[in-house]
Amino acid sequence: MEFHNKALPGKVSRIGFGLLITGLILMVAAFALDYRRAMFDYLTMFMWLLSLGLGSLGLIALEYISGATWSTPFRRVSEFLASLLPVMFLLVIPVVVGMKELFVWTDPQVVKSDAVLQGKEPYLNTTFFIARAAICLLIWVVFYFFLVRNSQKQDSESIPQYTKSNIRLSAIFTPIFMVTLTIIAIDFMMSLFPHWYSTIYGVYYFSGTLVAAYSALTLISVLLKEGNYLSSRINNDHFYSMGMLMFAFNIFWAYIAFSQLLLQWYADIPEETFWYIIIWEHSWKVVSIALFLVHFAIPFLVLMPRSVKTNLKKLKFMAIWMLVAHYLDLYWLIMPAYDHHSAVFGWQEIGFPLFAVGVVVVIFKMKARKTNIIPVGDPKLESGFNFHL
Amino acid sequence: MIGKIKNKLKEVNNRNLEQKRSDELYAIGALFDTPDEIMDAAGKTTEAGYEEFDVNTPYPVHGMDQAMKLKNTMVGKTTFIFGFLGTTAALLMIGWMSGIDYQNIIGGKPFFAIPPAIPITFELTVLLGGLATAGLMLTLFNRLPWINNPLHDTNYIKQTASDKFGLVIYAKDKNFNIATVEGFLQSIGGKSIEKINFFEVREDRVRTPIFDFKFIALLAVVTVVTAVTAYGILRYVLFLPPFDFMWKQEKVLPQEKSTFFADGFSMRPPVEGTVSRGYIPYEYQGLPDSVVTLLANPLPINAEVLAKGKQRFNTYCSPCHGYYGEGDSRLRGQFPNPPSLHTDKVRQWADGNIYHVITNGQNVMSSYAKQISRDDRWAIVHYIRALQRALNAKDEDLN
Ligand code: HEC
Repeated sequence: MEFHNKALPGKVSRIGFGLLITGLILMVAAFALDYRRAMFDYLTMFMWLLSLGLGSLGLIALEYISGATWSTPFRRVSEFLASLLPVMFLLVIPVVVGMKELFVWTDPQVVKSDAVLQGKEPYLNTTFFIARAAICLLIWVVFYFFLVRNSQKQDSESIPQYTKSNIRLSAIFTPIFMVTLTIIAIDFMMSLFPHWYSTIYGVYYFSGTLVAAYSALTLISVLLKEGNYLSSRINNDHFYSMGMLMFAFNIFWAYIAFSQLLLQWYADIPEETFWYIIIWEHSWKVVSIALFLVHFAIPFLVLMPRSVKTNLKKLKFMAIWMLVAHYLDLYWLIMPAYDHHSAVFGWQEIGFPLFAVGVVVVIFKMKARKTNIIPVGDPKLESGFNFHL
Repeated sequence: MIGKIKNKLKEVNNRNLEQKRSDELYAIGALFDTPDEIMDAAGKTTEAGYEEFDVNTPYPVHGMDQAMKLKNTMVGKTTFIFGFLGTTAALLMIGWMSGIDYQNIIGGKPFFAIPPAIPITFELTVLLGGLATAGLMLTLFNRLPWINNPLHDTNYIKQTASDKFGLVIYAKDKNFNIATVEGFLQSIGGKSIEKINFFEVREDRVRTPIFDFKFIALLAVVTVVTAVTAYGILRYVLFLPPFDFMWKQEKVLPQEKSTFFADGFSMRPPVEGTVSRGYIPYEYQGLPDSVVTLLANPLPINAEVLAKGKQRFNTYCSPCHGYYGEGDSRLRGQFPNPPSLHTDKVRQWADGNIYHVITNGQNVMSSYAKQISRDDRWAIVHYIRALQRALNAKDEDLN
């Protein structure tokens, strides 16, 4: 094997910790200044990190069950990102502690005077909410643990048997992944407006998740490639495929978002449309239009030509762009619950994304120190290197 | 008979279709076994300075355009432009149809709105982009059909159509020389090197037999025979009356008895409590006209209102009351003649009382509230006032 694991430079941890600590200080200040607002910002950040971690685990499973080989040389990137999932156990604690600020349905006074919330009480109550969150997180962490353990054991033992058992695990995981992701999307975001509902909500979050996971994979792979941490045999066709999937899932996101809008627009039922009225009035209208442009229209046109998907610099730029777009998407989903009338944005909002990026960088660096960046023992690796379109 | 046909078919099948070839060399071809080999070969051919050469593969090999140093084709841009045309055409079409030409209220939505237009816009974008790409690829970009391409019927093209990868260098290349080209193809690993000559018929592009009279006639005959047979079988064998798909519909026609509703009516009355658009209740309904006070005419007096009132009056009232309200009915005694509208009684009435008669009816005269809208009834009242004043004009009215 021509590959030798090269340690990532110390600069990476310095940047990571720098972002983490700056973000943390700003976050603490934001919490001190306005606890409620900071809670909503925190939830946005939490969902963004969850998108990266959970989406990456989804990509790993996707590679195994579809028998894909082109992505095998990069699977470790997704594996490292998926290691955010155990950390989510820590990060979810503030959400649970601050639940009262986030979710109106936690207030018994409100529920008492609201027939709809009374009807939803068997599902939307604090105990069940915490139980669901814990169970979903636990399921993800368990699957993460087994999938990644098998993959890493293969580095030294090179037995195809590990791939086989991972395929089996992935086949079990995929449907569970869909269901748990839907539950968490409904609990953590849709229940911010407990009267509102959309049956496509889970798929909507899923599409955004995959966009984020592919963008993160692309961004990190390009960075690693530029620093020569990946094999020289990785060629433009690999990056073209990543760009294409980013593009494709971005269109999928737009498709789902539009399906939801079209149906609710046609049906015109007050209990569905009120949410659209909120985000189509005052400064939220600006955010909605910006989301359409930033998340769909611009990347759609920019990522269309092949020359962009094979140009690493442009691809890197678009990957960062899409990660920001996903953050904006979550901001647009969550923050209207904080303030129906105006889209708040100030220094308080800055600390959270900094912290989130810091967490990703630090965790990635920690993982990369212990594990090979390329799954050297994977039987699919050779075919992955030889990948040509 | 059958034996004869069989022999004839065999003859046709075995007839030698191969066209004669001339002595002039067209190209030299070589075969390769794997996509990697052909990529490599294409790269080396460009490096060696050959410009007039081509590669034939059983499936598209990505990256070949770069290896052959081909420029980007216009295909992608064509698709984009035509797709964009589709988008624009769809939006203009829907905008025109539902926004301007045939406005219809559907579910209280605006006549033209973006959300319902998107699916159609999407379809037209894909349709136009796709059709234009396919059509232009065949005609403009590849200039097909090209039935006497000298590569046809060679071992070279037959192999590349199944599992080999071929590279041809054309004789028109400026560096072409039979010995060097053969040597070169051998040196880059080419196998089954083959010299390919022109056909004897040398026009570069021969007309396709698609436009042959015999072929067109055959198509026409096949079309007619199929249609007639299908019609005959449906009509006389299966007794399915063909072509009545449109007039047999599961719907109720006027004057038809409903077999679904027990009362036999197919038009259903509106749900109880239904109120029509713009309905305003009338508070003196059914009350004697002595109680009608405080009911003033809300309409201004102007030419437009009077014209409206005249039109409505002539339509609805004049058959009984006469064109000038003098009670000279045109009904020839089929209905009791009404009194004149120029009596002192009616002249001294408030506007509200005349309105009340139209709305509520009076004795044998029935209510016209259903036929005439509220505003039109008030316009009629203004018009009756004008008639009354015309018959009793004062001196000052003449100024
Ligand atoms: C079918 C014939 C008919 C038509 C059409 C008709 N009327 Fe009459 N109208 C009568 C008769 C008959 C009377 C007398 C009713 C009675 O016995 O009090 C009458 C009475 C009236 C009176 C009360 C006169 C009075 O001295 O009490 C007014 C005002 C009047 N009509 C206005 C109208 C107007 C305005 C219209 C048009 C919207 C109209 N009518 C259409 C037959 C008709």
